[in-house]
Amino acid sequence: MNKVLSHTTLDVEQIRKDFPILKREVNGKPLIYLDNAATSQTPQQVIDVIVDYYSNYNANIHRGVHSLSQEATDAYEQARIKIQKHFNAKLSHEIIFTSGTTHGINLVANGFSSLLKKGDEIIVSALEHHSNIVPWQMLCERTGAILKVIPMNTDGELVISEFEKLLNPNTKLVFVNHVSNALGTINPIETIIEKAHNVGAAVLVDGAQAAPHIKANVQELDVDFYVCSAHKMCGPTGVGILYGKEEWLKKLPPYQGGGEMIAEVTFEKTTYADLPHKFEAGTPNICGGIAFGAALDYMNTVGFNTLANYENELLEYATSQLQAIEGVKIYGTSKHKTSVISFNVGNIHPYDIGTILDKLGIAVRTGHHCAQPIMDYFKIPGTVRASFMFYNTKEEVDTFIASLKKAIMMLS
Amino acid sequence: MTIEEIQNEIIDEFSMFDDWEERYQYMIDLGKTLPLIDDNYKTEDHIIKGCQSKVWVHAEMNEDKVAFTADSDAIITKGIIAILIRVFSNQHPKDIIEANTDFIDKIGLKDHLSPTRANGLVSMIKQLKMYAIAYQTQLN
Repeated sequence: MNKVLSHTTLDVEQIRKDFPILKREVNGKPLIYLDNAATSQTPQQVIDVIVDYYSNYNANIHRGVHSLSQEATDAYEQARIKIQKHFNAKLSHEIIFTSGTTHGINLVANGFSSLLKKGDEIIVSALEHHSNIVPWQMLCERTGAILKVIPMNTDGELVISEFEKLLNPNTKLVFVNHVSNALGTINPIETIIEKAHNVGAAVLVDGAQAAPHIKANVQELDVDFYVCSAHKMCGPTGVGILYGKEEWLKKLPPYQGGGEMIAEVTFEKTTYADLPHKFEAGTPNICGGIAFGAALDYMNTVGFNTLANYENELLEYATSQLQAIEGVKIYGTSKHKTSVISFNVGNIHPYDIGTILDKLGIAVRTGHHCAQPIMDYFKIPGTVRASFMFYNTKEEVDTFIASLKKAIMMLS
Repeated sequence: MTIEEIQNEIIDEFSMFDDWEERYQYMIDLGKTLPLIDDNYKTEDHIIKGCQSKVWVHAEMNEDKVAFTADSDAIITKGIIAILIRVFSNQHPKDIIEANTDFIDKIGLKDHLSPTRANGLVSMIKQLKMYAIAYQTQLN
């Protein structure tokens, strides 16, 4: 991280004015939103783009001869280029619009079903979201491939020496998240990609949790596939992207049949459209794609170095305050983390804490965070998860800590 | 006491509280009075589905009345199930089946619960009534 840019360059009070939702109250208390890892809030600049789209140029894209359709197509394709530039993809058609991260993962998993044979191996990490495990289990059932798992240590970090042992010439695909949603661990994807490539395996990285905090450079990483969702990056829900190297996207068969994805159709044979349309069957989330571009503009204006430094300060501040509370145990203690804290207090159930915090206007996540294997590893039913974004403040952390103390008092 | 009388008693108790904090504190205290389920019954079969925390319920026929025992790993949930059991336990199955559950709204319980918990509440009531239906069938 670039330490030269200190938090003083981030005017949080000014930034908060961009987010109308932060002005509201919940249960009579000012909202303190600490569930950013589930979904981030939307700035006025992005809301304006959504309103502008439906107010002024709502039309179906790529087909219409009329002006509105042309305007919508231009805006949608410009958004694709913004996203390409943001992730430094070589070509704009390497960016496929999806409905979100899960869609992107399923698209790749489905594509690999035609490339895998019995005895091939897929490696996933122990730090995955449920939705990330299921598609690979389904793929293995269909193809007879074998699923292997990179284990983690007690700090919630992947054990790279064990990963190395799993790699062999049968390894065809490695799937890992850039950042764990349950624990916030930043995984060493550079190393994972390099080692996987050494045995000829492709790598798919789930960037859902990383993309709001870290600007991934897909060419520098040399990653084969990278997926993320707009709604965790100040954009709307229901839209995301799959980045894939052109050579890989050409190899994979289309995922869904429908409009947009075809070149020619007769009852004998259909030829598929070129990239990216081959993977974009049907009318896409046009407004969502355009708004995703606007969200990236917003975040790039704030600056990823600036926001990451500031969020890191919030993380350190909140972590030290939490650690000072008797009975608090933090899960995920890697030195390399995004601004996520998963914790429990003594034997108090996470739902009890979440319920009382909600009464005090504080939004946190409770439960297993769709990462049951991680919870099983720590032998806990779930955790309370507080996740911070650049629009959160130290004052909010103070209120969160005071409210947590109150909840503990009530529940003990 | 009839189910209705117990419900009115609970409504009276909750009407004394001015704010959510007192209500919750009372609910947590009520959880401590819950007739606990025997550990042998804390199995998958006794878990109520639809709750975000674990809730186990067991029912037994005591002469012609149904007696419930329960437990939960979350303390607020324990309070909620304690209230329900106070209403429904040691009642005739027929009365349990026919019982109105408006009192939940009247004590502000549903308002003060998150949607996931409110759903859990519905599942709990359903489960208690299911036991009553099963015993009623035996009596017939």
